This record gives sequence, C-alpha cells and structure tokens, in this order.
Amino acid sequence: MRIKGPRATAVALTLPLLAFIGLSFVAPLGTLLSKSAYDPNVANILPRTLAALDGWSGGGLPAEAAFAAIAEELPKARQARTLVRVAGPVNRLKSGLRRVLARTARQVEKTEYAGSWRAALIGIDPAWQEPDTWLAIQAAGARFTLRHYLQALDLERRPDGDIGLRPEQSRIYVPLLWRTLLVSLGVTLLCLAIGYPIAHLIATSPPKRSNLLLLMVLVPFWTSLLVRTTAWIVLLQRQGVINSLLVSMGITPDGERLELIYNMTGTFTAMTHVLLPFMVLPLYSVMRSIPPTHMAAAASLGANPVQGFLRVYLPQTLPGIGAGGLLVFILAIGYYITPALVGGRSGQLISNMIAYHVQTSLNWGLAAALSSILLVAVIGLYLIYSRLIGIDRVRLS
Amino acid sequence: MQEPHPPSSANARQLAALLLALLPGSLAAESITVVSWGGSYARACVEAYHKAFTAETGIEVLLEDYNGGLAQVRAQADAGAVHWDVVDLEMPDGKLACDEGIIEPVELAELPPGLNGEAPAEDYPPGVVSECGPGMLFYSTIYAYSTQYLKGEPPATIEDFFDLEKFPGRRGMRRSPLANLEFALLADGVPLEQVYDVLDTDAGVERAFHKLDSIKDEVVWWEAGAQPPQMLADGEVLMSTAYNGRIFNAQVLEKQPFIIVWDGQVLDLGGPLAIVAGTPRLEAALRFVRFANRPTSIANVAKYISYSPSRRSAVGLVNKHWETGIDMTPHMPTAPENLKRALQSDWRWWSDNRDEMNERFSAWLVR
Amino acid sequence: MNPVLWRRVGHYGFIAFCAAAFIFLLAPILVIVPLSFNAEPYFTFTEGMLRLDPEAYSLRWYRNVVEDEAWSRALVNSLVIGSAATLLATTLGTLAALGLASPAMPGRALITGILISPMVTPIIIVAVGMFFFYSSIGLGQSLTGLILAHAALGAPFVVITVTATLSGFDPTLLRAAASLGAGPLRRFFRVQLPLIAPGVFSGGLFAFATSFDEVVVVLFMGGLEQRTIPRQMWSGIREQISPSILAVAVFLIAFALVALFTVQWLRRRSTGR
Repeated sequence: MRIKGPRATAVALTLPLLAFIGLSFVAPLGTLLSKSAYDPNVANILPRTLAALDGWSGGGLPAEAAFAAIAEELPKARQARTLVRVAGPVNRLKSGLRRVLARTARQVEKTEYAGSWRAALIGIDPAWQEPDTWLAIQAAGARFTLRHYLQALDLERRPDGDIGLRPEQSRIYVPLLWRTLLVSLGVTLLCLAIGYPIAHLIATSPPKRSNLLLLMVLVPFWTSLLVRTTAWIVLLQRQGVINSLLVSMGITPDGERLELIYNMTGTFTAMTHVLLPFMVLPLYSVMRSIPPTHMAAAASLGANPVQGFLRVYLPQTLPGIGAGGLLVFILAIGYYITPALVGGRSGQLISNMIAYHVQTSLNWGLAAALSSILLVAVIGLYLIYSRLIGIDRVRLS
Repeated sequence: MQEPHPPSSANARQLAALLLALLPGSLAAESITVVSWGGSYARACVEAYHKAFTAETGIEVLLEDYNGGLAQVRAQADAGAVHWDVVDLEMPDGKLACDEGIIEPVELAELPPGLNGEAPAEDYPPGVVSECGPGMLFYSTIYAYSTQYLKGEPPATIEDFFDLEKFPGRRGMRRSPLANLEFALLADGVPLEQVYDVLDTDAGVERAFHKLDSIKDEVVWWEAGAQPPQMLADGEVLMSTAYNGRIFNAQVLEKQPFIIVWDGQVLDLGGPLAIVAGTPRLEAALRFVRFANRPTSIANVAKYISYSPSRRSAVGLVNKHWETGIDMTPHMPTAPENLKRALQSDWRWWSDNRDEMNERFSAWLVR
Repeated sequence: MNPVLWRRVGHYGFIAFCAAAFIFLLAPILVIVPLSFNAEPYFTFTEGMLRLDPEAYSLRWYRNVVEDEAWSRALVNSLVIGSAATLLATTLGTLAALGLASPAMPGRALITGILISPMVTPIIIVAVGMFFFYSSIGLGQSLTGLILAHAALGAPFVVITVTATLSGFDPTLLRAAASLGAGPLRRFFRVQLPLIAPGVFSGGLFAFATSFDEVVVVLFMGGLEQRTIPRQMWSGIREQISPSILAVAVFLIAFALVALFTVQWLRRRSTGR
C-alpha cells in the first residue's frame, strides 16, 4: 500500500519538530517522572550489603556478613566519590546517618580488622548497633519507591506498614500546595477584575484609541519579567517610591512606612502585574467579536444596563474568561522568579520549595515528586482548557 | 620565606603572557574557578592574593560566588562533573566534606611555613586545623543597625535584638541555623559556656526555635553576605545580623552610619580553602591553596576587611587598612574590647549536626 | 435616583477604574527609566531629581554596566544562545506549521497540543526536568544544552504565529505555481515563504525574546560561563541591588519596545492593512 502524497508530506514536515520536542522537552519530563519513583544509586553502590541484609527485617542486629560487606563497600564508595549518593538518601530516612556513614567510611580505612567488623563498626559509631540504621540502609536500597510521593503529600509509611499522616510539625507540602493554589486563584481573580474592564474598554474604543490602549497592555507583556520584578522592588521597598510618596504627602509617618514587599503583598502585587496581559489579551480578542448591536438590542427590549450586561454580554465573553483565567492560573501555579525575589518567607510557593530541593537539599526524588504532582495538575487543567477552548486556537496578539 | 623563583623567568613569563593574550579567549591561559562569598570579602581576597597569584603563576582565577553549604559541591561530585576547583568553605562543612570524600585532603605540612620559617603545625593553632585544611581567618556574626533609621536609645545587647517591644521593626537574619540558634539561646538567658550543651539536647534546640518564633514574623532572611549592609542602608530592616567585615566595609568605604553590636557575637573560623575532589585542575588548585595560605596572603586580606588571621605569624603583619589607613586592630572580632561577651562557634558540633539543623530550620521556616 | 445620573456615575467610575489599571500596568516600567539616571545610589527620587537639577542626574550606572566585564560577557552569552535557539526554533517551527496547515494532516489537535506544550508547562518543571536530563547526557553547564532548551521553549511561538499567517494564505497560489511547472521547493521559496515571511519573522522574534528573557532554566542548567543577562540580573537583584540593574533594565525595555513595534508592523503587513 502506498501512503498518499499530501498526507506523507504533512507528516514529514511536522516530524523534525516533533522529534526535537520529544528529545529536548518530553525526555526531560520523562526523566523527572522516573526520578520521582526510581533511584538505583544505593542498590548499585552497596550491592553486597543489601544482599547480606536480604531476609533480615529489623529483629535484632543483622549478621556479621552485613557488617563486613558495608565495611568494604563504604570506603570503596568514598574512594570513588559516590558516597554522597548513598549518604543523602539514607540520611533522609534517618536523620544523622550522613555523618555516621561518612565518618565510618573514613575511619574504616584506618582500622585493622580484628576478628569482628561488628565490634569495629560499633566502636566507630554506636549508631551501628541500632536496627533503625540498617533498616534505613535497606529501605534506601530499594530501586523503586513511592516514599517521595508520600512525603510530598505529607504522608509516611509507619513501621507496621500502614500509611498515615506525618507528625504535625513536618506536614509542610500539602499546606504549601494549598497556598500555591489559593494564591494562583487569587491572582487569577484579581487579573480578571482588573483585566475585564480594560479589555472591554479596548474592544469598544474607536480603532485609533483601541490600538493605543492595546499597546499599553503589550508593552508590559513584552518587557522582561526581571525588569518588571525589579520595578516592583524599587516601588515597594521601605525607602521605595510608594512609601516615600506616602511619607512626603504626610499620609504615613516616616517611622511607620508600610511593609509592601518581602511578604505575600509583594508576591500578589508583582504576580498580578506580570500576569495581567495574559488575561487581557484573550478577553480582548473575544470581546472584539461581539457586535455592539447586541447590547443595543437588549436595551431596546427594555433591559437595564446591568441586566443587559449579565444576560447578553457576560455570557458571550465566557470563552475569553475561561481562556484567560486558565492561562493565568496555569502560569501562576508554576511561578518561581517573582515569589523568590519579592515574596520573602511568607510569599513562597511550591515552585520555590522544588528549587530548594533541587539546589540546596539535593533531595531530587522529592523535588521530582512535587514537580510531577504539579505537572499532573497542569495537564488536567490543560485538558479542560482544550476541551473548553481548543488548544490550537491560541493566538498571540 | 616565599617560594623563590629565578628572576629571569619573569621576562619569559611576560612574553608568554603576551603571546597567550593574542590567542582567543578560553585557550589563552590555564585557569581555575575559585568559589567564594562575593561582595567585599571576595574583593578583599582578589586584591590581597588572587592578583598576586596570577602574576606569579600565570594561572587565571575565575571567581564565582556562593552563599555557603555543600549542595553544589555534592551535586558536582554526584554528577561526576566538577566545575568548581577551589571553594572557600565554612569550617563545619569542611570537616563534613572531608569525611564524605568530596574534597581533597590537604596536609598541613604541604602548606607554606610561617613568616620566620615556623612549621605550619606550629604556626596554626591546633583548634583551627581540620584534615582537609586549616581555617584561615576569624570572622564574626554580629548584629548591626544604622543610626540613620534607628534613633533614640541604641540597642546594646543580643537580648535587644530579640526585643520587639523596645525596638519595633524588621530584623535581618541569615537564612541558616548557623549562629542564629546560638543568638536565640544567648538572648534566652543561656550562659556562653553552656550554649552547645543546651543545643546538644532536643529540648535545647526546641528552645532556640521557640525563641526565634518570637521574632519570626518580623524577620527578612538574607543569604548573601552583601545583603545585610544593603538592607540596613535602605532601611529595609531596623537591625540585621551580618558578617562583621561587611559592616566594617560599609562603614569605612561607603561612610554608612552603621553601628556594630559586639555583645553576643558568634566568633567563627573561615576556611578551609578546599579543593573539590575530582577536579581536572588539581595541580593548579593546590598551588592556589598554598599561595593563599602564605602568612602574607592571609595578612593582606585583613588589610582590606576586618577578619583576623588564624596563623600566628600573620597576625603581626596586620596594622592599617589598605585604602583608608585606619587602624584595623579595634575592628577585629578578636579585639579584647569586642570579646567581652563572645561565643566561640563550635565547628565540630556544627559539623556533626548541621544536616539535622538545616532540615529542622527549613521545615520551621515554611511553617 | 435619576437613572441618567446613575449611568453617568457608572461611566466615569468605569473610566477612572480603567485609568488606574493602565497606570498599574505602565507606571512600574516608566518609573525605573528616570531612576536609572540617579546620581545617588538610591532607588528613590532625590530632591535634586525632583527639582530637575542636572547635578542630580548622571550616567554613572550606565558607565558601570558598560565597563563591567561580567555584563558584556552576559550579553554575548545571551546573544549567542538567543540567536542559535531562534534559528533552530524558527526552522523547525515553520516546517511543522506548514505540515499542520495541510488539510491532509492526521491527528492535528493532538500534535499541535504536544508541540505547544513547552509554552504552557510551568517553567519550574521544565527547568528541573531539563537539569536532570541534560546533566545525565553530559550537556549540563554547556551552551549547547541551553540552546536546545531555549529552542524547545521558543518553537511553540513560531508554530502559533506561522499557523496564524498560513490561515490567511490562499493555497490556490501553490496550485497555480505548480501548473506553471514550479517544483515543490521552488513553490515554497518563491511563492509561499515570501507571503508568510512576516509570520515567520515575528515567530522568530517571539522565540528570541523568550530566550532573551529566560532565567529559570539558566539558573538550573547554566554555570559561571553560561551567564546570560537575566541570570546576571537575578544575582544582582538577589545579592547586591545597585542602580546598575536599572540601567540594564532600561536597555531591556528599549529592546522590548523595538521587538513589540516590529511585531506590530509585521502583523499589519501580513494582514494587508
């Protein structure tokens, strides 16, 4: 069978980009998903120790073979500079073990074998006589694990195998997810409240003025995100433009300048500013296509402006509200730069926590799990968006 | 004694440098990436010995900033791709990294001798030496304020820093448990000599966090040492903890009306200059570390920023500030006047507990 | 109460609200322009500035930026990454848009969805995924890695703008050219490309602007040697905010204005107005 010409041509034309996006974009997302549940490092670096622990399940101490194996494998890992890959995951399962592993790896090199590795290791650090230490190594040795997802949802597996909530002071991710969702929702609503009237004004102005007003939305849209964030820092600081203005007008005393930045206020203000054009542009393109005669017709049928607006105009702008709202919401829940720069402690969002785990705590499994949860949420929204509006109808004004 | 070299080689080197300069960018010269703390401290190091090092060896020094911690070094070791060659670590991290095998051991005997030929083991006091290199400079975490914004009765004690009633206003603090837990306990009435005993217990750590809770809502957290002077100058915070040298620099070079409160200072040891294990530029990195550890290099740093040399023979070389000529002695964290109520940071305790404290701190922070 | 009066109050209220909203949109950007000429290292208008005293204004921050090697290196990196990524994104994106415009294209909605996905995926996820993936294949901390990453982020913009231009393209022109004996390549380069060029160009500009403004991926993937302008700004803002940042910001605003007016001009050309 011969493939028809135009069809083959069309496919052949899209194929290079499809392959490119697959490699440079989809593959990274795949890596991310796999990192969230798959970590072969400990299993690869401590194979003999894990084999010796096979079948042992926390009753008393493991056999001498396990002590001997780890006494051989830890220094080897240290030499190969792969000890970090073991120490990190094990330490996350039982805090303090990073130090124990590192110290042991170092000391064992200088220790003469004297008949019992068990005695030698316990001599180096008493942590080796606690079954919990070995359980942590065993658990970290599992190649596949769901514990990052559990942690991302503030859950944990109890010793008896049940899944339950973490202790209260370490439940941090679910509240942060909620905060992120609420902030995103708040920013979306704020953008809608500000964006709807101005989109309407632009859509109903005469062409010349309409173009000018549209430019006033497009200038911030094209201006670098960092520039806009900088601008807000300049405006909102204690000694910034707004506070100085308020002081010089005598509205606030010099000693009581408002705290507008490095908190939630800062995050909200700057995010709304950055995302507002993404709300205005889709609204505008929908409103432009609504003939003004509709409102006139409603008025001539005796509807007052409020009724006319609610019954005739608003329903026709719903696609624009949906498009703009979802776009702003999706962008907001992944926001990183603005909260990091103007959010202070209280204005941080889930993305800042992901960055923290990638760059500072090096808990890549957890970072990947949090990202995956966010990704699933976004794909869900994306599907709703395309069901409602059609993704291929995105336009750039 | 400095490493001698035949005088004739200077001309040859100049010629070589000239030839190399004609080659395009990266090919030009051997270079190493040195990672330090940015701002006025990095500038002090550049002036004090980076330039001299390049002039003597022809090895270019690329400077990168970081804000402490082992994350990047661990990540590079983990990935097996080392981009950093030398890192100016904090003492507890130096010990930890040494144990983990991610930095190269540097034997004391490999380092240059003291000013009068003393063996390094005698010239460095025993308390400053770890297995991957000695600590080089004493610095201090203090708190400071600007008289431009803080008027009236000035704060004088570490207790005042935590007193929001007497001194309402925002506080700047480093986004790290280091020194903050100590400040909290001191302000909570723990005597100097018991701070680490108290911290060694779970209840003691809770107590420190509880004290921090009392000002948490007013704290702006900083990461880079250059931030506190900026925040104080902008009036963004009323008082801020800071590295004493940064405040000193703002005082003398930018004429900022800052006052350092030395009461309750946490005296710390900076260094070691660590070589990241697995660097392909090991030889150059080692030369750099040796050069930096010369008594003259260390003393030069102290002529730019008020950090006090740990090498005994370097201390005597420090006198006047390089640019303004003022006497450095009273600005040093080790000056007797400033040591009246000073806590010597226990880097061994921190190296044992840093990971756990970091975790607790970051969980506490998001709550 | 009089309904006419109500309507008037409503109207003026609406106008006032919109005026406030436009001030909110533009004021932050306008404010930093004069402040970048501040002679003092502050972020507020000094009294001298308000008096329009020429002494209070200076070019020192611009001089700082021009003389600082870090900024010029960042500019070179930004330009290299931006142009290479744009070239890649525009070529592949234009081809894909041509394919998608064909009525014979199977599974169009799904494929468009995949091709556009980099644009609507939260950037933090993209950056983290790319950091893991590119370091695992040895492209971490490399210009190549950043170029590939930015090309992926910019390609959707090309697909969208070119698709939009193609919807106004009359396919009978191609048939006419074919009937005159022009081969497919000739038809494309001589007939179709000139007509869709404005769309291709503005797509490319979008892609370039995306790369030129991108900082999250650079933060995660780039090292000291791959610092771009936004990355340099990021450390400047985080660590030592000095008015030099404002001078760079003014440069970026100028860049944005040029890009915006070019795209507007191209759009007008392509819609024939």
